[in-house]
Amino acid sequence: MSNAAQQFLEAAGTITRNLRHRGLIQTALRKYEVARDRKKSAFNDWSSARQSAAETKWDAINHLDTYLTEFTSKIEARGTKVHWCPTGPEARDTIRGIIRDAKAKCVVKSKAMTAEEIHLNEALEKDGFEVVESDLGEFIVQLRKEPPYHIVFPAMHLTRDEISDLFERELGSSPTREPEELTMIARRALRRKYIQADVGITGANFAIAETGMVSITENEGNARLTAALPRVMITLLGIEKILPKLEDLALFLPLLATAGAGQTVTGYNTLYGGPRQPGESDGPVEWHVVLLDNRRTELLADPEQRDALHCIRCGACLNVCPIFRNVGGHTYGTTYSGPVGSVITPHLRGLQDWKHLSNASSLCGACTEACPVKIDLHHHLLQNRRNAIGETPSWIERLAWRAHAFVINTPALYQFGQEVARIVEPLRLRLQGTPLDPVRSWTRTRDLPPVAPESFKEWWRNRR
Amino acid sequence: MVEESPMNAQERILARIREALTVPAPKPGSHGHGHDHGRVEAPAPVFSFKGRPVHVARAWLPPGGSTPQEHLTRFAAASAELKTDFRCVESEAEAHAQLRQIADTEGWKRVATHHSPLTDAASTALARPTLFTDGGYVPDDLEVCEVGITTCDVLVAQTGSLVVNSRTSGGRALSVLPPHHVVLARKDQLVCDLTEAFQRVEEMHGQNWPSMISLVTGPSRTGDIERILVLGAHGPKKLTVLIW
Repeated sequence: MSNAAQQFLEAAGTITRNLRHRGLIQTALRKYEVARDRKKSAFNDWSSARQSAAETKWDAINHLDTYLTEFTSKIEARGTKVHWCPTGPEARDTIRGIIRDAKAKCVVKSKAMTAEEIHLNEALEKDGFEVVESDLGEFIVQLRKEPPYHIVFPAMHLTRDEISDLFERELGSSPTREPEELTMIARRALRRKYIQADVGITGANFAIAETGMVSITENEGNARLTAALPRVMITLLGIEKILPKLEDLALFLPLLATAGAGQTVTGYNTLYGGPRQPGESDGPVEWHVVLLDNRRTELLADPEQRDALHCIRCGACLNVCPIFRNVGGHTYGTTYSGPVGSVITPHLRGLQDWKHLSNASSLCGACTEACPVKIDLHHHLLQNRRNAIGETPSWIERLAWRAHAFVINTPALYQFGQEVARIVEPLRLRLQGTPLDPVRSWTRTRDLPPVAPESFKEWWRNRR
Repeated sequence: MVEESPMNAQERILARIREALTVPAPKPGSHGHGHDHGRVEAPAPVFSFKGRPVHVARAWLPPGGSTPQEHLTRFAAASAELKTDFRCVESEAEAHAQLRQIADTEGWKRVATHHSPLTDAASTALARPTLFTDGGYVPDDLEVCEVGITTCDVLVAQTGSLVVNSRTSGGRALSVLPPHHVVLARKDQLVCDLTEAFQRVEEMHGQNWPSMISLVTGPSRTGDIERILVLGAHGPKKLTVLIW
């Protein structure tokens, strides 16, 4: 078992027994479900909208070379510098170089899962730069020195009391139970940062090929401020974020907001097409777009699971997943958790170390049903199981299946097996789950069905 | 080790993409069955707007209404839900009267705005110390203003949104740094839905895009603490839309 798998099991074992955590997550997600269903019902046809989005993303991903070229030539024409980075370390070094060249001290950052993916903050802090997360949830988890719990709701696992204690300890604020007051503490702490920072780093939700623009979705206005006041702006963009046309946003913005947070559209959806243009009164004088591959092309090379690159990171599959709801976001130990994380992490970080995530699923299909771009998530989990076994079939399993096939194909042997099973049944029942049980790791948490007193064949014979 | 130029990295990524795409992927919804060989074109557009094709998805989205009156009703309903203070008034004079009233209630000492016919008239009517952001400003001077007053490109009935941009709405920060954002607009700027909004914005700016275009939907908000809604996370705590 890989280290990651061991950690997953241990963390899952602890957190599933934590009823307070479970209660917190269930309450938060119930609120989400109510809001999401209400907004879904405002669509003329939700399922056709999903199909349309899936087709648009299919077009974008299956012509990615064309659209990326169009996007970069358009965005460069207006004074933006584009950096192509095949790996995480290259992206990190590129960003470090830009910040050094800008002679920056303070960096303000808005939410970017791609930055989590390449561990950007750690690298920049090691270089001696102050990096401040400006999204409220990200700010909270940064103060706690932990990764975001959820790709959309980073501080979902914390109560107001825990946040109040944190702010009291780290920021010297007075304790409060009001979410509004807590938000204002963060607002005051960050206001000066936007003005002082030399560099602003953002993520991106969509890249529009037709017009050469990046679209950033947020509710708080922190990304808008990050992109407005510092003199250098850096946007870290996964290559799969492409959409062909500007008007595609008319579909994707409501879809993202509805599936992700139960909103009609998110508070601020902002398009950036360049650094400050002639005649404009503010905005960065330099804008760098860092295009990140980081093994996305490996996923692209698997036609069976290529649609996982359609993901718009709305978090809907996490919210409905019975596994996520019980084990929580941190148990996964990955940047992207929940069903989509379980599908893509083996591609991004290696199948053998992360194959256990394919089993962190009940295969109920709720994720596939929830996905606004119709990624076939639960089938991809099955495919990853198949691929993992195909890569390194374990000899013990191979032997067991071969023996099973032999017995099943030999009726006399099968019948003999039944007799034996019936005889040892009382002993088995007594041993089940005890340290003497040879398959204890399986039976500890599961019941085996009792062996029937007579087989179907015997029953049939007696009945005549 | 030879240092690689950025061109090389670009070529490397594009080469990997092209190689990956030599094997076609099944179309969405086919669950891996019915492989579609060769590249397939985007879904054919079937609707049109002012003679231009419109994405097929428009028909599936939340509706924006079909008459100007319906647009107004929907915008008002969406605003109420978003906690946008939406006021549809009879005339510019009435808009100014309401603006003065808000200014007195909130005790505005410093107003920030930009030059345009609508905002110039409003700042004259307000007669308070005013920072105009056109042509550059000191961020600290904007930060101390109690309100940012801007125009907008369009208002969207479907979503209760409005569109500001960095060239004709006073820059990137004016509409998001002060704690209160006031938008002045005419009724004919109200459009049906996002599809129409993007078309209109393209008609206005397509020849020379501003560096930022922002679709603003309600005041700044967060639900990051126990999913409880709080207004004014980092951007404006209040959004007032005055149209006539």
